[in-house]
Formats: sequence, C-alpha cells, structure tokens
Amino acid sequence: MSSNAITIPGAQIQARPWVDELHLWLTTVDHKRLGILYIGSSLLFLAVGGVEALIIRIQLMHSHNNFVSPEVFNRMFTMHGTTMIFFVAMPVLFGFANYLVPLMIGARDMAFPRLNAFSFWLSFLGGLLLYFSFLGGSGLYGAGNAPDVGWWSYAPLGARAFSPGHSSDYWTLALLVSGFGSIGTAINIIATILCLRCPGMKISRMPLLVWLNLVMAGMVLIAITPLSAAQIMLLIDRYLGGHFFDTQAGGSAVLWMHFFWIFGHPEVYILIIPCFAFMSEIIPVFSRKPIFGYPVMVAATVCIAFVSMSVWAHHMFTIGMNSYANSFFTLTTMAVGVPTGIKIFNWIGTMWGGRIQFKTPMLFSIGFLFQFLIAGLTGIMMAASPFDWQLSLSYFVVAHFHYVIVGGILFALFAAFYYWYPKMTGRMLSERLGKWHFWLFLIGFHLTFDVMHIPGILGMPRRIYTYEPGRGWDTLNLIISIGAFIQALAILVFVANLVISYFKGDRAGNDPWDAWTLEWSISSPPPAYNFATVPTVASRRPLWDAKHPEDPDSRYE
Amino acid sequence: LTLRTKSRLGSGWQIALLLFWFARPLWAIEPDGSTAQGTNIFAPASTPAKSIADLSVFVLVITGIIFVVVFALLVYAIVKFRARTRDVGREPAQVYGSTQIELAWTIIPILIVVVLFLATARVIHAIQDAPEPAGAVEVTVIGHQYWWEFRYSKLGIVTANELHIPISDPSHPTPTFLRLLSADTDHSFWVPELAGKTDLIPNHPNRMWMDPQRTGVFVGQCAQYCGTQHAKMLLRVSVDGPEDFAAWVRAQQKPAVEDVGAIAGRRVFEGNACMNCHTVGGTPADGRFGPDLTHLMSRTTIAAGAAQNNRQNLRLWIENPSAIKPGSLMPAMKLSDGDMDAVVSYMETLR
Repeated sequence: MSSNAITIPGAQIQARPWVDELHLWLTTVDHKRLGILYIGSSLLFLAVGGVEALIIRIQLMHSHNNFVSPEVFNRMFTMHGTTMIFFVAMPVLFGFANYLVPLMIGARDMAFPRLNAFSFWLSFLGGLLLYFSFLGGSGLYGAGNAPDVGWWSYAPLGARAFSPGHSSDYWTLALLVSGFGSIGTAINIIATILCLRCPGMKISRMPLLVWLNLVMAGMVLIAITPLSAAQIMLLIDRYLGGHFFDTQAGGSAVLWMHFFWIFGHPEVYILIIPCFAFMSEIIPVFSRKPIFGYPVMVAATVCIAFVSMSVWAHHMFTIGMNSYANSFFTLTTMAVGVPTGIKIFNWIGTMWGGRIQFKTPMLFSIGFLFQFLIAGLTGIMMAASPFDWQLSLSYFVVAHFHYVIVGGILFALFAAFYYWYPKMTGRMLSERLGKWHFWLFLIGFHLTFDVMHIPGILGMPRRIYTYEPGRGWDTLNLIISIGAFIQALAILVFVANLVISYFKGDRAGNDPWDAWTLEWSISSPPPAYNFATVPTVASRRPLWDAKHPEDPDSRYE
Repeated sequence: LTLRTKSRLGSGWQIALLLFWFARPLWAIEPDGSTAQGTNIFAPASTPAKSIADLSVFVLVITGIIFVVVFALLVYAIVKFRARTRDVGREPAQVYGSTQIELAWTIIPILIVVVLFLATARVIHAIQDAPEPAGAVEVTVIGHQYWWEFRYSKLGIVTANELHIPISDPSHPTPTFLRLLSADTDHSFWVPELAGKTDLIPNHPNRMWMDPQRTGVFVGQCAQYCGTQHAKMLLRVSVDGPEDFAAWVRAQQKPAVEDVGAIAGRRVFEGNACMNCHTVGGTPADGRFGPDLTHLMSRTTIAAGAAQNNRQNLRLWIENPSAIKPGSLMPAMKLSDGDMDAVVSYMETLR
C-alpha cells in the first residue's frame, strides 16, 4: 500500500516510510482503521470464496464433467460456505458496525479499543487458520488437504473415523477462534452503544443503524456460544475420547444438528439485520424522507431477534422429528415473516411520497428490496415443512439462501459501500462504473439464482460433484454457471471502481448525500478523534435539524 | 386443480415452473433409451408426494399473490415518486409514520400466516401420523457410504440399490413402509415423485411410507451429504404390478444359482477378500460391508446406479472401481486376467 494510502485523518498529510505505515495499521486500536481492516480482509476472502464458487460452477456446467475430482469439489463447497459466512459476511458487517456506530452516536471510539483490535486479529487469524489447512491439513496420504465435510460438518462425518487427518481440526479451530473474536466485537458494540452515546441521544433517538447493530450484537452473544461449545465438544470427541457426536460409540448425530442450527439460524439474522440497518439509513436519504414508522421498525427488529431464536429446527425438517415438532417450527418460521414483512412495507412507506434519487446506493437498495421479497417468499415455502421435505437439501434451498445472502446481504453491502466509501476515503465512487457494476451484477445474479430454483424442483440435490444426464438439469446448470461468470465480471468492475476512485474520484466533502446522521457532520475521512467537540442532539436526524432550523424534527418526536 | 390454474396468475417464474412441469416428458427419456420416471416434485405418483404437491401449489399461489401485490407497490413507488428536475432544492413532506397503516400491514400478514400454518399442519399430520395398514410391505433401508441396503425382514430378502415395491391400489392399499437406518454417516432417501425425503441417521431410526399408484422405475438419490461419493449414491425404485412383485419376491427368496461352469470364479471369489464384504446366499460368503450379490444380475445397475450392469462394467468395477466411482470404498482387487474373467463369469451366474 502506498505510504499515503490513508493518512491519519486530521493530521498533516505527509509521506511516511511504508514500514511505519504498516506498523501503524498492525497496531492500531482506532475503530475506523479496524473497521477498514475488517472490510479489507473480508474483500480478500470474498475473492477467494468467489474463485471457489467459480470452480464449483465450472464443474457443474454439464453432467459427468471432470474439471475437478470429487474430493476437490467437496473441499470447494465446504471452503466456499465456511469462508463466505465466517470470513466474509460477518467480518464485513462488523467492519461497517465498527466504523459507523461510534460516528453515528457521537463517540470518539468504541468502548474497548484494545478488545476491538484483539477481536479483529482473532477473526482474521481464524481465516488464515482455515486456509492453512490446504498446506497443513495432512489428509489421508500426508498431503495438504482442506476440510471436505460441508460447512455444517454434520456428525458423524466430522468424527475421526470419517474425517481422518487434520483438515477438520483446522475447520474447528478456525470457527472457534473467529467465534471468540465475534463475541469480543459483540460485547464491544453493546457496551459502546449503551455507554458512549453523546448528550441528547436517548435510546429512542439512535439512528436505526445503531439500534439494529445493538440487536445484532445481542444475537451474536446468544448464537455464537453454542457453536463454540459444539466445536469444543467436537475436539474432545476427536482427541480426548469423548462421545458426544461419535455415533459409533453411541453418540448423537442429532445433537450436533441442534447445536449447529441453534447457531446457524440466528446467524442468518445476524447477517441480515445489519443489512436492514443499511437500508434504513440509505432509503430515507435517497427518498428525502425520514424512515417510516421508526418505533415499529425497532419493535419489528427486536421481534425478529426473539422469534428467530426459536426457528432453528426448520433446517432439520427431514431428520424425522415428530409431527408436533414439525408443526411448531413451521409456525415459528412463518411467524418471522410478519415482522420482516412490516420492514419491507415500512421501506416502501418511506419511499412513498418521497423524491427518489437513483444514485448507485439507492439502485442497490431497490435491488435488495426486490430480491429480499422473493427470498422471504421462498422462505415461507420451505417453512411449510411438507414442502420442505421435497425442497430441503436440494438446489432450491441453495437458490433460496443465495437469494438471501447475495440478493439481500451482498446487495445491501454494495449499497453501503457506495454510500459510505466517500466518508471513509474522502473520495466519491464513480457513478458510471457503479451503474455498470449494478446492472452487470443484477443480470448475473438473476441468471444464476432465479434459474437455480428449478433444478431443485426437478430433484437435483445439493453438494453433488456431478449428476446424471437426462434429468433435465444440464441446460439449467449451464445457464447458472454463465450467470456466475457475469457476477464475477461485475465484481471486477467494483474492485476497479474502489481502486480508481481512491486515486481519481471526486472529492466528497463532509456531506455528499445531504444526509442527516452525525457521521456526515465531520470531515471525510474523519479525524482520529472523530468529533472536536462532542455533539449534542435533539432528534433522530440531528443534521436535518441543523439544515432546517425553521422546521426541526425535534418538534415532532 | 382449480388452484393450479389460478397459480398461472402468479409471477413470471411460477409460470416458468409450471411450464417445466408440463414439459416433463421431454426429459423423461434416459440416454440409454429406457424410459425412467423423472424427478419432478410436481409429478407425484404416490399419496405423500401428491399431498405435498397439492400443499405446495396452495403455498405457491398465496406467496405468488403476496409477490404481485408487494412488487406492484414497490414499482409504483419507484416510478411515481422518482425525483424530477422541478423538485431540485425542495424536500418532500416529512411523514414519520401512520399507526393505522402499520397496524393493517401487521394484522393481514398474521392472518395469512394462520391460514398457511393450518393448511400445512393438516398435511404434516396426514403424512407423518398415517397408521400402517395390515397389508403394508416393510423394508429396512440401511444407508452406507455410498450405497443402499434393502432388507425385507418378513420376506427374507436382502438386496441393494434397487428397491422393488408393489403398486398400491387405493381401494385395496398395499403401501410400503420404510424403516431408515444408517451404518455410517447421515444419508437421505429421496425419490421425489414418490415421497419427500427423510434422513438416515446413525442411532436415530426414521420411518417413511409411499403408496405408488403407477408402475415403472422411479429414480432419486441420496440427498444428505455423506462423503466423497455422495453424488453417485443413486436410487432406483421399481414399482411393480402385483404379479410382477410376487414373482420378484419368489426369485429373490431363492439361494444363489449354483452353476458348475462358474466354479473357478467362485473359488476366486471365496479365496480372495471379496467374501469378507459381500454375501452370496447359500455359500460361505456372508460379508455385510458391501452389497449382497446373491441376485446381482437381477439388477440393472451396479455401484449404486453409477454404471449399467453388464460384463464390461462389472470387470472394470472389480479391476479399478475408481474408474467408475472414485472414492468408493470398494478396493481394486488386483486379480490376474484369468481370475478376473473367472470371477466376472461367476458374477454373471448370480441371477
């Protein structure tokens, strides 16, 4: 990185030797630098996970393809899933939370800056540990070997009898270590929000992004702990003679499923709630209206958090639970649709009567709304457990959760990138490249993931390295793969935009979007101490009040 | 059926779904020319699959309507409320919310959820809690890495990978009840046109049933990732008419054919590790790690559906299983050419 890549904000811009610069980044406890580190490392892992996805898609382009061996294919989907969830989606969202939460509540840093740095490095090293398995996994024949047990590592596949060598151990340790990092960050976010709000910022005046990250952090505390416990139990099984999940010795495979999914389902909401947060900041600004129904948005989020803790076994409808359990989890899962629907309606309500500006962040937000609607509806289909007995473990599920994660989370993240990049770097991202990025990605996404529902309905299971001809799956898979490459192309445009705009983008100024939250009141990028004087707020949109002293929000709240 | 026609009013991709459903004869022909049934969940041939498909169409219609309504609102808002040049520098009316509207879009979804839940609960109960009638055929299915073992305890039959079950006449039902076990990792039994999938989990016996109402071969495969060759753990279910099924049962109940012409191959089989893993009924070979070979030649495929069952493939399978199914637990037997020919000839007598 060039020596003046990102200067200490507010200080004199001067070239520093690169060693000093590196030292500064490695030892930083500044929430903004850590946020950028989180985001940067996630982009790195996004590239790796994306390449893995492309390998999967090349292999599946037609039946009986021999691009990779079954062993390699199985490693690819395991690594792709693990990477994307644990080392892309979570860290990038933590990165944005880290960067934005203190700025939005008028604080000078997170509550525990050193814990913050420690948590980041734990997460990052967890990712390196996972990838070290390619070299140090010592599989059956002593060669390097990545885990190939699927990102759930269902028992007893993860037991030593079925997963010899150390590849599974790297997987376990990577999740355990990064899990501790996640817990550290969650504690930090909660403490920051509860203790460091500026004068006047009552709980009921926090920007929705702050509210939603508070809820997300609470869910991390509840959801990551059972995962960590399960990883420790798995290690005990593998090395200390335990039998928790060792079915050969009377252990329970179903117990592992419960542990995994009581983490795994809330995890989906841990990922999507910060994206709701982005939407709740971006849509109002580009519609030029305040968020519609702020109290209901908060209530719906808290409601989603609670209900989503009781839906995990809808991932297990095919394991032979009795009809009462299946009915219960059908009901709770469908019930989550209610508060989620409220959110979608409230975003539309925000746009209603507004003056919508179609800048790139808003384009991605509209893409999010449209795709998240479909993802929610296919979710309702699979919540009906008998329907799920057909759809579960098929490509329909793969299409559904990619609709959530790519169509929802990634689109929201792109919106966030285009929206806050000016604040982080002081430069605007190019609108022209942004539109190319948006349309290419939109086309690629729909080509891949709309079509992917159909092979599932035609009986194609997930996680198969090849398939029989004559089942009507060939053409569909070819289309899906072509879409994947279009998405990859769009990502290249995005990366080009990030790099080119960093050097040549228009100067952003403090407040390029004419927005209303506190981060836009200070310079871009913000100085190390954020606020020269700690601000005082009187409403949910302090900058609106400043810009419209004749008609401030504080009059109505 | 009225629901099905209505669902065409749904969104575009649901129409696409239905087109695929109606176009399914196009892909029902296997490349080798034999007609096998497809794997379309909307072409049910058995009561559980049919009640699921009916419920699915109902859910698709409801979600389709929700999609159309919300999508229309979204598009309307985007088009109607886009910023125009005359608006520059003016902010729209700042509206903070509306309790009545928000209450409406809370209560209506709750009502929809109640309806969907009740419809679903009915189907869950009808499928899962169905009593087993006296005439039911019982089969124990044991999942192995990467093949299926079928044991008909009451009939004294053991076979692999190709399940035979009788057709079930609704007026005189003879459903088949499967007891699902696993010898190693998790698997899932999925033949989409006969029933939804149910997992085979070690230490966790499961149950499922089907009452196919047309004859033919129904295909499916393992749906729960079970290891390297999860992809080639294929399933064939042959639904036979009553006479055909009875004839198949009688043939399977017999011990292996003793053909003196194949005695050399039998010696190779019993003198090597083959018999440690495979059973040939009526001979000392009684291994259970691999599929039962007593009536091997009554099956159309080998290696859990990975290859057609013919002399060439049998020889290749014994010589180099990785050529057909890399990662399979069948070892390469390293036999001499003569022994190989002999043992393949022996296999071919096991009718």
